[in-house]
Amino acid sequence: MINISATPIADVTAGSPLTTRFDVIETRIDDIFESGGGVAVKVAAAELLSLGEKVLELWLEARDEKPTLEQKEGFRLLALHRQGARGEPSFNACRETCRELVYHYNLIATEQTSAEAQRQLRLMTMVAKHLCLFVGGKMQVAGLGDFCCAAKPMRADGN
Amino acid sequence: MVDVTDKAKKYRDVAYYPGCALEGTGNGYDVSTRAIAKELDLKLTDVKDWNCCGAMEVKNIDPKIQTYLSARVLSQAVNVNKQDVVMAPCNGCYHNLKKAEYDLAHDPKSQEVVANLSSKSGHKNYEAGQAETIHALDWLKATVGEEGLRKRTKGKLAGLKVANYYGCMYVRPRHIFPEKDKGPGSESTSKPHFMDDLLAAAGAENVEFPLKTACCGGAHTLSDSDTSTKLVLNILQAAEASGADVIATECPTCHSGLEMHQVRAEKRFGKKTNVKVMYFTQILGLALGIGPRKLGIHTNISDGMELITEKRLLP
Repeated sequence: MINISATPIADVTAGSPLTTRFDVIETRIDDIFESGGGVAVKVAAAELLSLGEKVLELWLEARDEKPTLEQKEGFRLLALHRQGARGEPSFNACRETCRELVYHYNLIATEQTSAEAQRQLRLMTMVAKHLCLFVGGKMQVAGLGDFCCAAKPMRADGN
Repeated sequence: MVDVTDKAKKYRDVAYYPGCALEGTGNGYDVSTRAIAKELDLKLTDVKDWNCCGAMEVKNIDPKIQTYLSARVLSQAVNVNKQDVVMAPCNGCYHNLKKAEYDLAHDPKSQEVVANLSSKSGHKNYEAGQAETIHALDWLKATVGEEGLRKRTKGKLAGLKVANYYGCMYVRPRHIFPEKDKGPGSESTSKPHFMDDLLAAAGAENVEFPLKTACCGGAHTLSDSDTSTKLVLNILQAAEASGADVIATECPTCHSGLEMHQVRAEKRFGKKTNVKVMYFTQILGLALGIGPRKLGIHTNISDGMELITEKRLLP
């Protein structure tokens, strides 16, 4: 396990209204994906991890919670996920996604060949994007059934 | 440790609960599951007069009614079929039957509602512990197993690169699957591997696929199609980046979602992906020498025939 003390990364969502912050994050992830071999892999991996944290922060803030600064297993992302799932078991549906993000970060941090690191980075961007889309989608329908993410519209209508 | 011998014998003759999806869009899953059973001499007896498991729709309106609907399926298996193992290939059905089992074991209110509704409906009540619900993966893992598949298939899937996609309901929430995470021989809720094990035994190369339990967006399909399409596109792109020829599925909702949103992603976002999508039972069926038509592969939206021919998977 790699212990992270990454350089703080600029908040790409700063100044954006809440409703568009997921779009901003998604666009940034796409930019990293599209850049292919044109980015410093380890820097990009740290940014993806940071974007994952930002996604979870948005989820927590929407629930009027202060995002933790603590770490779990050396990663704030995992601590944020644990906090986000408290009282909301369906949020565990992205638990493995968070762990995959950390896993790929570790792989890239320890990877010796650039070709393999680039391949891992491509996979990591997709994992980060999944987290962003999943949590963003969940935010839209917040309220939720005991498992199904699409429950809210039906119940909100009183049908 | 899991007692493999007992299960191998017990699961050879099970009550089969196809569920609604396998009679519709997931027909290829049903056809291929039955074809495999026949080939492997495993007995599937349909649950008599089965009903919907309550799926997501009923559960979101009244979870207790969903518990009752699933409990009725189990009651039919136990009291009408006279069987104590129910095999449900659909992740939604499997999840709901397991959830009903858990609720009936732990929640007095659920017990009361199910007993009352069973009485009103004129059938015997189902009580927790009378039946065991298993998935098609549990069924094949315990009966034919990796060793059996190795002998029968002789590595026929060699050269086929597979991304195994389990979806989100097969292992979640963890507490309704008490038999998982029990060490060697049991399934893992964090890193499921039964499908990987079976296909590898038949010679396939399982690629490193980071989204194997990620949500396919199935629940968003109608309320927010674009989110579903983006989630699926991301899964398809991840499978391709992993080097997969085909995504193996074991859930009809995920399978339909992957296929339909693969088409929609191209139309809506101009993003074309070429990875194929097949039920794991279809792929195992090919490994066992069963023809594509008998496995319902022609009913898939994703056209896998070129890949099947290229990989020499025709009987």
